[in-house]
Amino acid sequence: MGKTMEKKTFTIKNELGLHARVAAMLARESGRFKSKIFFERDGMEVNGKSLLEILTLACPKGSKITIRAEGEDARGAVEGLGILIEDKFGEN
Amino acid sequence: MSVNEEKKMTILKGIGVSPGIAIGKAYVIDRLDAKKVTPYKLEDSKLVAKEIKRFKKALKESEKQLLKIKKKLSDYEGIESLYIIDVHSMILRDQMLINDTIRTIKNKRINSEWALRMTIDKYRKIFNRVEDEYLRERISDVEYVGQRILRNLAGEKHEAISDIGEDVVIIARDLSPTDTAQMKVERVLGFATDVGGKTSHTAIVAKSIEIPAVVGLEKVVREVKNDDEIIIDGISGFVIINPDPDILRRYEDKKKHYQVIEESLLQYAVLPAVTKDNYRVDIGANIEFIEEIPSAVAHGADGVGLFRTEYIYIDKKQLPTEEDHFLSYKSVIEDKGIKGATIRTFDLGGDKFFSGHRVGRETNPQMGLRAIRFCLREVELFKIQLRAILRASIYGKTRVMFPMISGVGEFRDAKKIFNEAKDNLVAAGVPVAKDIELGIMIEVPSAVMVVDELAREADFFSIGTNDLIQYVLAIDRGNAQVSYLYEPLHPAVLKLIKHVVDAGHKAGIKVAMCGEMAGETAYTMILLGLELDELSMNPLAIPRVKKIIRDSSLWESKELLKKVMTFSTAAETEEFVRNYMIQRFPEDFPINEQ
Repeated sequence: MGKTMEKKTFTIKNELGLHARVAAMLARESGRFKSKIFFERDGMEVNGKSLLEILTLACPKGSKITIRAEGEDARGAVEGLGILIEDKFGEN
Repeated sequence: MSVNEEKKMTILKGIGVSPGIAIGKAYVIDRLDAKKVTPYKLEDSKLVAKEIKRFKKALKESEKQLLKIKKKLSDYEGIESLYIIDVHSMILRDQMLINDTIRTIKNKRINSEWALRMTIDKYRKIFNRVEDEYLRERISDVEYVGQRILRNLAGEKHEAISDIGEDVVIIARDLSPTDTAQMKVERVLGFATDVGGKTSHTAIVAKSIEIPAVVGLEKVVREVKNDDEIIIDGISGFVIINPDPDILRRYEDKKKHYQVIEESLLQYAVLPAVTKDNYRVDIGANIEFIEEIPSAVAHGADGVGLFRTEYIYIDKKQLPTEEDHFLSYKSVIEDKGIKGATIRTFDLGGDKFFSGHRVGRETNPQMGLRAIRFCLREVELFKIQLRAILRASIYGKTRVMFPMISGVGEFRDAKKIFNEAKDNLVAAGVPVAKDIELGIMIEVPSAVMVVDELAREADFFSIGTNDLIQYVLAIDRGNAQVSYLYEPLHPAVLKLIKHVVDAGHKAGIKVAMCGEMAGETAYTMILLGLELDELSMNPLAIPRVKKIIRDSSLWESKELLKKVMTFSTAAETEEFVRNYMIQRFPEDFPINEQ
């Protein structure tokens, strides 16, 4: 299997947005995949495996982020990260 | 002059996030300030590799420490902030942070500290642009991690915070779980921090271990030095640095009452202070900051029985304006939760006014040029305060009380100045209330001797027992050598109080008490027996005092007083009253309470 590229846009739904704990969850999840992972918001794109970089995106509730993964497990990465976001990171 | 007296009292206002009063020595958590880091060039390219190694070693050390802290933290139950340690660990391992810094070391041939600082600065700039306040605050996590790395680069193992030997008040810019995890919590009396809000980590930890905390003080780290005496009032959000002896005593009193207050007592707060045989006592609150009013209302004060106005003068760069005074008095007077306020005019020495120039140094300031004496000397300054009170008087029931009156002459002089100020305002078309009462704070023994004459000219009395007892027994209670002689139940004191109440009632005016004695439950029945019309005390004491009043009768209290008046020593009286109260209210006076 060659390299694939997956891309999908999500809306942040949890109350405090991408705060430290959830950003850490995302970075950790990204780290599980071999693919290169990028998060993009409003034209700014960052390394999805870096907690710091994710934090700099500063996504409040309601913001849209696009997740792009490049590599053999790109599909699984976008899906896995998407579940976290859709699930509001397990927060109420 | 002792060292203590030379330290200037400073009052800071923040957000009270965990209630209670803490008094103790400051322990300042002084972080390695990234701004103080200095750059140096690595002249030799061999040094660059060495420097990168040094940086990586510091990272490793930092991570080890975090793991250790995490392990320790997980031993504590109920601390939900473990994840922050994970976040800090992740930042520490963050490829962007590491690569950025290493690249800077290489490209600029510069030391690790400076390179790290540049990385952190870069992120700070990015975070500063963030609109969402919560997310913007996350830079503090990056800074914590940065500080930890810097500490390790400097070869420092830990902050000494775990080695605290005595009980302390923790002063910091902010506290992270890594900080609190390293503390021996049983040594910590309270927290005061520069940043943070009601949901900050500092607030959560303080509430969970039930110690007072004030956050958002902005400059507490700058103002406090290690070992400074600190008061933290987690209820009103004040932090007082190096309090003067009066304030310190007042807060010790508050603290004592706060510790004993329980939920079940608060039910008495809303009930009127009426004895079983229907004798009603007004309950006042003694306050000095308008921020204390909600607490006064919550604890069941009918009114403000003593509003101390000194705070308006303290801690200001210049003299307060009439507007400063006015706004403060208006807030107290117009508050819907209380039925009026008794405002005591300026009660300090001139040194609090002019920082030394205009008034000479006094060897015995307690008996020097202070309170009404100072006001009668500096009439124009006095009038600023009086005009403000007069203007505020239209917003609610207003009483004005002059402190340290020693005889009829002084009261007449004060009244005359008051009336001049009033007439001038009226002439200028400024509305003032018609029914302002003018009273006397009875605290100088000579005033008691001429109290019949004073009663004919005053609208009310309020007995200031703190000073009255000191003056009449010639005891400086701040002096540990003689403070044992400070005996509120000394027969002489009881006779003086009785004399004042009788004279007041004969003249048809009300007599209040606003000293600490009024809030001391062991004395409540004695004070009932003395037939005081109002007891004004620190707000936290109110529910307990109300409970005693509601469970007593005037008749019984008078009998107790009658008995006590036959004793000739304070010791006998004290012992008798204590035993009586222990038997009468076993729940409220546990035997071990001294």
